[in-house]
Amino acid sequence: MKKCHAATRLMSLKHDRPLTLGERAALRLHLAMCSACRRCDRQFELLHRAGQHFTPGDSDDSSEP
Amino acid sequence: MNQSQPRFRDDETLRQRLEAVRPRLVSFALLHLRDRCQAEDAVQDALLTAMEKTASFQGHSGYETWVFGILKYKILDAMRAQKKHGQWQPLEDESDDDAIDRMFQQNGHWSPQARPAAWGDPDLSLDNQAFWQTFDACMIGLPDNLARIFSLRELMGLSTADICQEIGIKESNCWVMLHRARLRLRSCIEKGWLTTETAS
Repeated sequence: MKKCHAATRLMSLKHDRPLTLGERAALRLHLAMCSACRRCDRQFELLHRAGQHFTPGDSDDSSEP
Repeated sequence: MNQSQPRFRDDETLRQRLEAVRPRLVSFALLHLRDRCQAEDAVQDALLTAMEKTASFQGHSGYETWVFGILKYKILDAMRAQKKHGQWQPLEDESDDDAIDRMFQQNGHWSPQARPAAWGDPDLSLDNQAFWQTFDACMIGLPDNLARIFSLRELMGLSTADICQEIGIKESNCWVMLHRARLRLRSCIEKGWLTTETAS
């Protein structure tokens, strides 16, 4: 099983390049078992979406703050 | 700025429109450049270019989006200049990051005090003023290089391949730095934001 630290590396990496099949499987397996990492994964997603909020119209979300 | 004022008078509406978007442009530039003067300069430069080239604006995107696009080039120019003038810490920093080390135990599991807590509904977070204040404060608190690379990736939307070409680091190093930036931001936002949320 992937340890949490290694799992966060994959959670981060998936925002920067497509994960390999093996990496995806390992991450999915770890997330299924670890609630703290599931939260971390959602929070990295939120950071990703937060970044898109700064520029108008770049993302699907075209709402102006 | 004063010298350029008279040129703007013939198009007051345009000037007002650009002035309205200026604060967002400045905060965007500041997150990348980490220096208020340089951020203001880049924005000023972008606004002047926008004024001059408004005729060439095609209207495929929103006008503000177009201005942001101009600013992105100005920011990249300014970042190159910063780097050239030695204003950056060394980038190939493979050393350990104590702040990250403290988040995990020897066996790779979360340290008890660093275990991620629930943040509630993510959609609500992005509509929440307190979230954005915390986000800004945490970005400012990040080490400069981590913040620059995070901004280039997540705010400007450059690929890590483009980032490593732009600032001359290996892509693998870029991924390591983004991982650190995200872990630090996550932790900082959780500490800052959840405390204010539960206190209110």
